[in-house]
Order: sequence, then C-alpha cells, then structure tokens
Amino acid sequence: MIMSRLSRPAGEFAMPVRTLILASTCAVFGMPLLAGCTDNTTNTTDNSGSTASANPRALTVQATDSECKLSATSAPAGTVTFAVTNGGQKVTEFYLYAEDGKRIVGEVENIGPGITRELVMKVEPGSYLTACKPGMAGDGIRAPFSVSDSGEAQQGSAGSDAELVKQADENYREYVEDQTEHLVAMTATFVAAYKAGKDDEARALYPVARMHWERIETVAESFGDLDPKLDLREADLEPGQKWTGWHRLEKDLWPARAKNYEPLSKAERVAYSDDLVKNTASLHKRVPRLDFSADEIANGSRGLLDEVATGKVTGEEEYWSRTDLWDFQANIEGALVGFEGLRPLLRDRDPALESQITAKFATVLALLNAQREGDGFKTYDKLSKAEVKELSDAVNALSEPLSKLAAAVV
Amino acid sequence: MTSTEYVRQQPTETEAPSPAPDPHKERAAVSRRGLLGAAGAGLAGLAAGAAGGFALGSAETTPSPQPAGTRTYPFYGEHQAGILTPVQDRLHFAAFDVITHSREELVQLLKDWTAAAARMTQGLGAGEVGPTSGPYAAPPDDTGEAIGLPAAGLTITFGFGPTLFRKQGKDRFGLADRQPDALHRLPHFPADKLDPQRSDGDLCVQACADDPQVAVHAVRNLARIAFGRASLRWSQLGFGRTSSTSTSQATSRNLMGFKDGTMNLKAEDPAAIDAHVWAPADADNKGRWLAGGSYLVVRRINMTVETWDRQPLSEQERVIGRTKAEGAPLSGGSEFSQPDFHLKGNDGEPLVATDAHVRLVHPSNNGGAKMLRRGYNFVDGSDGLGRLDAGLFFLAYVRDPRTQFIPIQMKLGLGDGLSEYVQHTGSALFAIPPGIAQGEHVGQALFS
Repeated sequence: MIMSRLSRPAGEFAMPVRTLILASTCAVFGMPLLAGCTDNTTNTTDNSGSTASANPRALTVQATDSECKLSATSAPAGTVTFAVTNGGQKVTEFYLYAEDGKRIVGEVENIGPGITRELVMKVEPGSYLTACKPGMAGDGIRAPFSVSDSGEAQQGSAGSDAELVKQADENYREYVEDQTEHLVAMTATFVAAYKAGKDDEARALYPVARMHWERIETVAESFGDLDPKLDLREADLEPGQKWTGWHRLEKDLWPARAKNYEPLSKAERVAYSDDLVKNTASLHKRVPRLDFSADEIANGSRGLLDEVATGKVTGEEEYWSRTDLWDFQANIEGALVGFEGLRPLLRDRDPALESQITAKFATVLALLNAQREGDGFKTYDKLSKAEVKELSDAVNALSEPLSKLAAAVV
Repeated sequence: MTSTEYVRQQPTETEAPSPAPDPHKERAAVSRRGLLGAAGAGLAGLAAGAAGGFALGSAETTPSPQPAGTRTYPFYGEHQAGILTPVQDRLHFAAFDVITHSREELVQLLKDWTAAAARMTQGLGAGEVGPTSGPYAAPPDDTGEAIGLPAAGLTITFGFGPTLFRKQGKDRFGLADRQPDALHRLPHFPADKLDPQRSDGDLCVQACADDPQVAVHAVRNLARIAFGRASLRWSQLGFGRTSSTSTSQATSRNLMGFKDGTMNLKAEDPAAIDAHVWAPADADNKGRWLAGGSYLVVRRINMTVETWDRQPLSEQERVIGRTKAEGAPLSGGSEFSQPDFHLKGNDGEPLVATDAHVRLVHPSNNGGAKMLRRGYNFVDGSDGLGRLDAGLFFLAYVRDPRTQFIPIQMKLGLGDGLSEYVQHTGSALFAIPPGIAQGEHVGQALFS
C-alpha cells in the first residue's frame, strides 16, 4: 500500500499490462472474431462499429504522436466517457481543461503505445478544451470541446471541491504528523522500560505504542527503506536479512511460542532499542514533507482495511504477543480519519455511499468494543472461531464500499 | 445494449440442449476415451465428444454443430434453470450465512443477485460496466476472469435454507410462518460424520457450467455482491457430472468407476418430473410460495477410493448390483433394463445382493420414490495420509424430502454394502423457489 507522491499504487499498472498483451495478441493473429480480443480493449468504443455513435456520452479519442482525433466535439452533460487509444509511438496523456485552458477538469495519464484507457467523469454544461500530450510534455494538441445542458442534476462546483480536497489534505497531514510525534514519544518510553529489564511494563507499553504506527501504517510503509527495518515479521525475512524492529523485541518479550529461544543479552537489547528509536526518528523527519490528494487518502483508508484483512484478522501480525486487536483497532481508526476528511466531498457526490461506509465503520468498531478488556483488548488466542469470522465479515462489509471511495471523490 | 455494457461474448440464440448421442447407440461403440470425451474434458473434449455424437447419432435431426461453450440457457422462466437443464460438466456450489438483520437488505441482496445472475448466465459481466471499464480509480464491477469466455451453459440456481426462516427459535426476517413443514434440517443418519463447516446455510447458489472458470466466476462475483449482507459459509467445486437429467446425455461415471444415475428422472418425462420434483401449491399453507419450486438435498459424500480400488471386480459389482462395464443389473439385460430382485443364482442367493446399492435405492423398494439427481465428482486435494479427499457431491431435487430422501438414506446408513466405502461429511437442505419472471427477483413470492 504505497502512498508516496512519487509512486502510484502498484495495482494501477496491472491492467494496462494485461490489456497490452491481449491487444497485441489480436494484432498479431488478426482475429477480430475472438471475443477475448474485441471485448477487452474496447469496451466503450466500437467493437460493433456502431455503439460509439449510439451513445452521445461515449466518445473515442484516437491519439497519435501528431494528432488528437475525437469522435465528437461535443457531448450532453452527465457522465461522459473518453476512450483514449494511443496509436502513436510515444507515451501520451489526455486532458479535459476548463475554458481558460489551465484548470484541469479531468485527465488520464501514462497511456502507452497501443493501449486504450478511459477517462470517465461527470461534466457540466460549458466550454472546454481537450488535449492529447504525446511525449507527456508541452501544451499538447488542443481543440475546443463543448458540453450541452442535458437537464441532469449537476454536482457542486469544481471550485468548492478543490477547497474541500485541500482541507482533507491538511487534516490528514496534521493527523499523520501528530501520530508520528506520539509514536516517537511512546517508542522512547517503551524502550526505556525494555532496556531497564522492566519486562512487564514493556509488555504493557508495546501494543499501545504500536497503535500509533498502525494508525498511519500505509503512510509509514510508503518509506520502503524504513518499513522493513521497523515492522518486519520473522516469517517475512529473506535469507541473510537482519531482523530488527518492533517484532524482534516482541519475540524477546513473549518467547512462549518460540522453540529453544535464546533471550537477547542486555547489550543486544540496547542495540535493537537504539536502532528502533533511530529509524522512528528518521520517519518523523520525513513525514512533514508529504501531502495527500483525495484519492491517496481514500486509497490509504482502503489500504488500512487491506492490512486488517490480510494480517490482523488472521492473527499473523503479532504472532508472539497476540496483541493483534490493538493493531486492528488502530488500522480502523486511521482509515476512519481518512474517510472523515473526505466525507464532505463524498456527501455531495454519493450520499448513499457515504451513509453505507459510515454504518459499516460503526459495525466494525462496535465488534471491537465488545472485545475490550481492561485498558486494552483480549489477546487473539482468546477469540473464538465464530468471533473471528464475525470480525472478518464486518471487515469485508466495510472494505467493499470503501473500495469505491477513491473513484467517488476524485 | 448500451455502449458501456461489457459483453463477454455475444450470447447466441437460446437453443435446445445440443443434440447428443443416443446413449443406447453410443454405448455399443465407445471406449473409455470416448466416454471421457462425452463427459467433457475441457472445451476440446466437449467438441470432440459432440462431434463423435453427431457421427453416431441420428444425422437427420442434427443441426450444424456449434461449440458447446456458446450455449446459453434462459434465466427467467416458470422454474429456475439448473434443475431440468441437461447437467453441465462443472459445478461451483456455495452456501451463505445471512449476516444482515434487516429484511430490507436481504431483499435487496436477492434483487442484486437476480440482476447479476441474469447477466452472467447470458455471457455478460456481473455488473453493467464491466471488468476493464469504468472509473480508473475504482475497482471494476466484474472480477474479470471470465473475459473472453462464453456463457458455457451457465445456470445459477438459488435456494433458501431452514435457518433463513428460523434460527435457534428466532424468527429472523418475519418469515417463520412461511417455513414449509418439509424444510427442516435433515436428521442425523447412521454413520454421518458431518463437518459443520461443510454443512447447512441460509442461502445457496448452485452454479453449473461447461467451463469451471465460468462457474467459479459466477460464485465469486455473487459472494462479492453479498459482502456485508451475506457471508460465504462454505463452497464446493465439482469437476465432473455424475448424473444425466436428459435422455440426450450419456450416463456418466462416479469416482467408483461405475455409471451413476442410470435410473435418474429425465426432463423428457414431464409427468414423472411433476410427480417427483416440483413442489405442489397445496402441500401446506406455509409453503404456498414454493409452488413450482423444489427441495434440494445436498450431501458431501467422501469415498475411500483407495480401499475401493483394492476390491475385486466381483465385490465391486456385488456392492453396486450392476456390471461395471455397461451398468446392466446383475440380474441381466443392459443398462436400462429393470433389475429382477428375485432371480437367484446357483447358490440360492439373489443375483442382485440383498445389500446391493441398486436394490436399496430402487423405487420399487421405496414406495415409488424417485429423485432428480444432479451430483458431481469432487477431489479437494489429499488428506495428508496419501489419500485423495474425493467423492461425490450429491445433489438431488425432490418434491418432498420427507418421503423421497430421508427414508431412503436412513435405510442406506443401516444396510447398504456401499456404506463401508463412503462417509457423509457435509449435509444441507434448501427450498428452491420457483422460476423468476422478468422484473421480479428470486423468491419474490416468499417476501410478498
């Protein structure tokens, strides 16, 4: 779940690659009759040769290194699809600009040669400019485009949306910084107890300190060099890789499930602790340089739920301490903060999705509340199979609508 | 069809089941290889099997051959598809627990399932947008593994378990007064060793197709649509049919190597189907909504195939009561001859043994009871002791399980020679609502 500004989520690469393979298969064998060829590459365009004209909101864009041909220069307001096929040699982009030619209304980037990608978006009546940018640079090949009034309900103005996105970014950035500061402080407290041999105290502090990490886990993981140093599980080690970070200390504090475990020496405790503190400080230093777009916040929330589904609900994350429910709670809390920031935006665009996600968050949190014990939670081994299944169902119930959040707010 | 609609493959016109060989004629000429082809070992196998059929069958009634994979069956109709439909080669069966407490959400789920099933059975995607379309920032509304695959004769059949009506005495959705008298958990049968994780369920989905990926795609997408409302309880893959529901189909074999379902009810005998399969309107007041529907008995029957394979041919045939080669009753004749249970051999014992499977289940020994069987062979890997986790996933549609399945199974559990080689590890009973009309959702009569 990488969320850095520089890299896109890995999943976004998956489809174009597959499309490319299928598209080239068709080209090589020249068998347009094969369903696998026609339906994959051109869903909305012209596999029957006539559908493009049948729906005035489904447009095609033939982009080459020197041309940008649209199947129409206007469309009725509503949800419009531009299926952009790159027939050139260069990687291209397609933009829909506002009348001023500066404000981007919609864009689709990174269209490799031979690939068709879609821009699906709601557009309001008005005058626009379209642009293909072969080579991804310059002003591109521009042309006027108009959208007529179709009487369909329109979303809030783009200006106020931009304000809401900015607000969401600021809120989320503040949250990430705040959690990182707490993480630094709690890590210091934890290692102080651990180094001093106050193991009971350290065991009590461990899951609480880690909650600050888990709340911002998708952000923390975006630092590919720090994440393995801080949060690697023993089962994930590569041959020869040195095991450091939280889970190394976890095993030392809870060796009961380990066979023939050799406890760390006092010097080793100090060394591993100092390493943890140092890497956490490095995380802290880098975090303020981040900022988040609406889809990054949304995908971060979904990513946190993915973390729950793959590591926490299965009891794998905290193998030695069995404190998975602390992590679980923190992942959900972090996801909720991201969602809350985007809520005003979502409320305008998809109120049904907003209330659905809200209700499903409440269900998960209520189930977690039922597992509280003292200041914390039951350990994972105290959960019955039925309770785990119920938690898993609730996570699925939340994850499914949450996976639609990003598309709804961009 | 809107331009954004995703088409896996243009559905062909609905057709009658493709003409298959006359089983009587085919039998004389087939080798084991030929049978495998007819049972459909993949698309190529299907095509080969069909072609073989044309050659052997009656040429004058045979239209030009069409790849079996492009076959589609109508989703809407008087009865649900997937019951009388000639049994497809592959199965993915799934049972769900309803996790919402809201009747409204349950009904919406059934509406969503109906819409998705209506689409998928015609070779379309689960959603309207498609697996590689729609907003780039959103997950697609279809999972995509069926891209490029035809409908492959997919049918999706829905059912309601007893626990949907009442669970631990609680009327969950205001349906308790509509729970038919026949819809209760099956009783414990002698020698049952049921795994709760392979048994029961509030809802069921039977997806059958001639391509395994098409069947799996259907269940996977329905499970996805259900998240938050119903949760997958268990599911079962079946890789080869063990029954035929049409005289156009050859009798297939189960993992014991014997022909299975020779005596099965066939779609071509509507009087028998009416008498044994469709639930009547006047069965009981609570079950009026089920008129035109049926009951589905589900049993996961493990076979200790390794032990079975060590039995002499004489023992194997004695236990079944039929010949292994042709499936003829041991009293003589050919596959479709009726067994003579009185005919004795030179030792004075009946040729069809007193504990032979065919004797115990024969309608003449069960008050005329017959079932429409639609089972599948399964192999779920191995058991860690070097043995296959294999057997028969038994599916049978009946008008009333209390007269057609329960007494027969009670008898089998006690005295069947076969029970030494099988173990029932899963069990469920579902009411299968009648067919769905355009604009309606599955089970609409139950909720109105």
